Amino acid sequence: MYPSDLKYTKEHEWVKISGAEARVGITDYAQKQLGDVVYLELPEVGRMLTQGDVFGTIESVKAVSELYAPVSGEVTAINQALTQKPESVNSAPHESWMIEIKVSGESGDLLDAAQYTELTK
Amino acid sequence: MVEFGGWDMPVEYSGISDEHLAVRTRAGLFDVSHMGEIEIAGKDALAAVQQITSNDASKLVDGQAQYSALTTPEGTFVDDVLTYRLNGEHFMLVVNASNIIKDFTWIAARVGAAGDAVAVNTSSRYALIAIQGPAAREVLQALTAVSLGDIKYYWFTTGEVANVRATVSRTGYTGEDGYEIFVPPAQAERVWDAILRSGASAGVVPAGLGARDTLRLEAGMRLYGNDMDETTTVLEADLGWIVGWKKADFAGAEVLRRQKQDGVSRKLVGFEVQDRGIARHGHDVYVNGAKAGIVTSGTQTPFLKKAIGMAYLPIEHTANGTEFEVDCRGRRLRATVVPTPFYKRAK
Repeated sequence: MYPSDLKYTKEHEWVKISGAEARVGITDYAQKQLGDVVYLELPEVGRMLTQGDVFGTIESVKAVSELYAPVSGEVTAINQALTQKPESVNSAPHESWMIEIKVSGESGDLLDAAQYTELTK
Repeated sequence: MVEFGGWDMPVEYSGISDEHLAVRTRAGLFDVSHMGEIEIAGKDALAAVQQITSNDASKLVDGQAQYSALTTPEGTFVDDVLTYRLNGEHFMLVVNASNIIKDFTWIAARVGAAGDAVAVNTSSRYALIAIQGPAAREVLQALTAVSLGDIKYYWFTTGEVANVRATVSRTGYTGEDGYEIFVPPAQAERVWDAILRSGASAGVVPAGLGARDTLRLEAGMRLYGNDMDETTTVLEADLGWIVGWKKADFAGAEVLRRQKQDGVSRKLVGFEVQDRGIARHGHDVYVNGAKAGIVTSGTQTPFLKKAIGMAYLPIEHTANGTEFEVDCRGRRLRATVVPTPFYKRAK
């Protein structure tokens, strides 16, 4: 099941917003579609993102996909440990955060767990 | 499911990694019915096969098969094929799905020159099921009276599998021991189900196109359209061992003999990637900063757990240990030429 403390996008990212900080990853549905993840390319700290921007790429044995920012703001941290062990995205997708964003502006159109579950049915 | 050569094919069942590892450690079952069959028959069938393919089919006896190339006069690949000798006047070529019509048109226009020989596209008469992996023989043996251990590598015989008339060939495209089973399409499902049922306790799983590709690449086997085609010669693809040098003549012989004598200017090599990431088909190769070649196949192999691939490189950069770079969507990955096959099963 999809955790209720996360919000989701139609592009299959999740975002965990705590105050002004937001952590971003991809959903269980996304990792299943991708299969074995082997590489993760993430942005530099300090990069300004607008909701919907491509912030990185994720590569599996099967395919290469782009990662889209679920919210707008400045990248304040990237998960270096995950880039060294990207297969964690498969084993624990909702714990495997990729970037942290200091949220600025409005973030519309995010789905809650029930809506996202419906989307991926 | 994906469209592949006009067929709807499963890329994966339980997952590429899972299926790949099953084939390396137990066994996997592949539906490769998309492969084509073109039969050549007549008093001069052998002469026709000798003229249109690179390998020496006169070395085959009844019940034996060989890997070969259907060659252009330029020594390049119309296709890569398996030549089966059914008898001295009847051969069967197993060809790639996407090339069936091209190959048949090519072959039909040429067999007559050898004398009494005709070509028939019999692809629709066969479904092809492959069981591959260390447990393959034991699982299949439970369903057939054919003594599977007596079929040598690259030999075949006829018999019944799950009470269905079949040709059983000890061949495959995975680097494992195993069998390919030609059956009438109407009975294919029965044979497939019987093998899966009988093999369940041995851990046999269905395997799709994705694992077929990672397995064949790990075993250093080439894929037509990726690693060679009508623009690459048999020697450039480093397949000199499928050329019958002692044959009097065959399509492309002149070019290939000249290349053998003078050497080729580029060659297909295996490589390993040092950096994280996968070098894939079509990525450019750079040596000392200059564009020098192209990646033809590449993947992350589930068994060896490395990014490997094949690429055409200028001959002066093909020695084992040579370092080069691959442009992977703007990022340069470091790679090293290594010997193939990447994986070789323990005998």
